[in-house]
Amino acid sequence: MNALANMAAEVPENPLIPPIPELVIGLIAFFIVFGILAKKLLPNINRVLDERRKQIEGRMEEAEALQAEAQQVLADYRAQLADARHEAARLRQEAQEQGATLIAEMRAEGQRQREEIIAAGHAQIEADRNQAAQSLRQDVGKLATDLAGKLVGESLEDHARQSRTIDRFLDELEDKAASDATKAEAGR
Amino acid sequence: MSAETMLAFETDCHIFSGCGFDAPGLHNFVFKPLFTVGGFEFNKPMLLALLSTGVVVWFFWAAFGRAKVVPGKLQMIGEAGYDFVRRGLVYDALGKKEGEKYVPFMVSLFFFVWIMNLWSIIPVASFPVTSIIAFPAGLALMVYVLWVFLTFKKHGFVGAWKNITGYDKSLGWVLPLLMVIEFFSNLIIRPFTHAVRLFANMFAGHLLILMFTVASWYLLNGIGFVYAGASFVMTIVMTAFELFIQAVQAYVFVLLACNYVQGALAEHH
Repeated sequence: MNALANMAAEVPENPLIPPIPELVIGLIAFFIVFGILAKKLLPNINRVLDERRKQIEGRMEEAEALQAEAQQVLADYRAQLADARHEAARLRQEAQEQGATLIAEMRAEGQRQREEIIAAGHAQIEADRNQAAQSLRQDVGKLATDLAGKLVGESLEDHARQSRTIDRFLDELEDKAASDATKAEAGR
Repeated sequence: MSAETMLAFETDCHIFSGCGFDAPGLHNFVFKPLFTVGGFEFNKPMLLALLSTGVVVWFFWAAFGRAKVVPGKLQMIGEAGYDFVRRGLVYDALGKKEGEKYVPFMVSLFFFVWIMNLWSIIPVASFPVTSIIAFPAGLALMVYVLWVFLTFKKHGFVGAWKNITGYDKSLGWVLPLLMVIEFFSNLIIRPFTHAVRLFANMFAGHLLILMFTVASWYLLNGIGFVYAGASFVMTIVMTAFELFIQAVQAYVFVLLACNYVQGALAEHH
């Protein structure tokens, strides 16, 4: 077996004893990796990572600022809304008050006009009544005198006396009517 | 793969044909030089080590060479890997402030070791560079030198020895014993285990894959094809497992490096 002989020739080494050439090559290989990574590539990526972090932080700050602004706007808007509500309430209140005053005024005016009309009516009635009473008195006096003249057959000579008698008679009548009215009112 | 294993595939040496099983062994880790320059023998593991450098540098150059704030796909992957080592290993062990200085070293170490391990399952290459003790030993030596340097720089001569020997008065009579143990553990055994841990894992993994691969071929005769099938399945399984172990070992190697640096910088050991 050629292979076996070959094998035997190549196995004398202890696998735990490091051969120097491999050791050197291994270290060189590692230091190439270390050198390139440490000098160029990792600083490269660190710079980029830092930049990214800053950008993210920057964006977060921006977002925070925007949020604060939005909240400010919202607060303003709410304050304005509250003001508007107060204003509206105040206006409504005012309108109500004004309306109430207006109604009261109109009512007072109406009352006054009604009373005026009533008073005017009463005065008119009084005047008419007085006038009627006046003419009635004259007519009644004349009629009574005429009647009495006809009955007696002569005209009564003393006109003044005659008119006094009639007046007295009429006053009595009036007094009686007045006392009747008082009685009626008291009885009502 | 060494010339011998190639022979195992090329021959018609199978079970039941009176041919013995040519088991993989140490000879699979010895390579004939690809070429020789003035007595310097350049072999396959060296080539793969330099290729590892090429792969790592090429990848990070492609990813970070023209890094942008809005990353491309490759940059995103690179950033994920970079961040994994930076945050997951360095910041974790050393803190952000102390650790920043060591990030490039640890990142280089992780990816370099990982790619060297990864050759194990890459067809044609199919050899983990770190299963040659010289490569992990070189890297472990570097970490060791860094550790010693930092210890003396940080604590001064006496302080450094106190740090290395775990000096602590409150221990009383146990102290001398402890100092001796700590001295040997930190100064002599630790760099050795640091290198061997990586080496042995890759060595064993490669041997396992080789074993199942060679066996699959060797068993392929008559009823043996059932065993060959089982062996072939195991080859696939072990390959997948190795993929995992390679990453884990690279991680562990760098994790330990971080811990050693942390130990050197710590006030009390």
